Amino acid sequence: MADTTALRYTEQHEWVLVEGEIATIGITAYAADKLGDVVFVDLPAEGATVAQGKVVGEIESTKSVGEVFAPLDGTVTEANQAVLDAPELVNSDPFGEGWLLKVRFESLPTLLSFDEYSALVGE
Amino acid sequence: MTDPTATEQRVSPLHRIHTAAGASFTDFAGWQMPVRYSSELAEHHAVREAAALFDLSHMSEILVLGPEAPDALDYALAGNLSSMAVGQAKYSLLLARSGGILDDVVVYRTGEDRYLVVANASNRDTVTAELLDRCSPFECEVQDESDDIALVALQGPRALEILREVPGVSADGLDELGYYRCVAGEFGDHALLTARTGYTGENGFELYLAPEAAPALWEAIVETGAGSGLVTAGLASRDTLRLEAGMPLYGHELGPHILPVQAGLGRVVDLAKEGDFVGRAAIELGPDEGARVLVGLESGGRRAGRAGYAVYAGEDNDPVGEVTSGALSPTLGHPIAMAYVDLEFCEPGTELFLDVRGTRVPASVVPLPFYKREA
Repeated sequence: MADTTALRYTEQHEWVLVEGEIATIGITAYAADKLGDVVFVDLPAEGATVAQGKVVGEIESTKSVGEVFAPLDGTVTEANQAVLDAPELVNSDPFGEGWLLKVRFESLPTLLSFDEYSALVGE
Repeated sequence: MTDPTATEQRVSPLHRIHTAAGASFTDFAGWQMPVRYSSELAEHHAVREAAALFDLSHMSEILVLGPEAPDALDYALAGNLSSMAVGQAKYSLLLARSGGILDDVVVYRTGEDRYLVVANASNRDTVTAELLDRCSPFECEVQDESDDIALVALQGPRALEILREVPGVSADGLDELGYYRCVAGEFGDHALLTARTGYTGENGFELYLAPEAAPALWEAIVETGAGSGLVTAGLASRDTLRLEAGMPLYGHELGPHILPVQAGLGRVVDLAKEGDFVGRAAIELGPDEGARVLVGLESGGRRAGRAGYAVYAGEDNDPVGEVTSGALSPTLGHPIAMAYVDLEFCEPGTELFLDVRGTRVPASVVPLPFYKREA
């Protein structure tokens, strides 16, 4: 599991781990808990172009459907096959094995810090 | 301006226990109720395979008592309540004059001149007001006891063996208590109504008692059931359980513009009973031509049709129906849904399509319920 204090966040409850020119993206534990047990994840394939703020995937729980928004512009280098096969990883390890996408980006937009995100969700 | 949604949130007498247990909460008809404790899937499976305990204290309990209570309820509700034996429970409907459904209720006859009507939390005011009005010509009283009655449900194949061992619970003939029967007893010094009813499609009990006694009963059941696989369960699993069991939910499958026959509940309306009852004339007339009917739909993959999604027949762009509830069935492993469809598409085996956020997913009409427990 990633050090959550070192991650960046969006208001749509995604987290972003920046390593060089690759951003790893997932949804936060807060979002996973709100969704409930995740039973289906739909993600774009490798090579897909994503645009900041646009819907790039869906996460379905028994109760509801959540959308995944791209936190930045870029090109998908990997969708997490483990999560596609076992969607419950989003619940059991949202900041680790439950990551969703790796995206090659050119410029990094301003995202929320850990403290800013924590304030947003009131935790 | 007053915002009606900003009214005070109500909490169950068990709220402190739920908080301590780490429950996640949801707003349900103005109540903060547990939506899950850990995983709604695990809670769902526990009900099918062992047992689970639900807090349903948000439900409304309305007493109708007096010498003419049986006649009053025959007039107020769709079923024949006067013919019930003491100790019997019955599923019934509160109809509008138009024949539409104002609420579905479970009625317990707890005495010759005493009935307990259990209504949905969201319909407490409607049901109380309607019963007060409809029962007023009769010699009986209508009392909204919702604030003075807590309700917990112990559901699952191991419910009986657990309840039997709970210290302080006394219910005569518990082992032989039939489905849709109830018995008055005690929990310690408090009155306890034990009913073999539920909303999960599984064997189990609903337990009515004073709010101040509810925490002790809850904790005693949790402790007794721990060795039998009992878990505490929230409203999320209750919803998938009732969906699998093909049980309608007010606001989804039932509403003021739905006639019972459309919802497959024609049998709940007793047209043979003597005298008038509210909604009778409209029910005898039947629904408008072209009224849709409720069906079950099964589909493949893992993406479920959900409330509000359109149902299509083939490539046509005019919907032939609309989903009212749907989920990936935890027990069956594929998506299930209930939907209202045009009459010509209601036969089991009919192939239809669900519009799952722009993708047409094939779905077959199947008989309800989706899941039936082994006898």
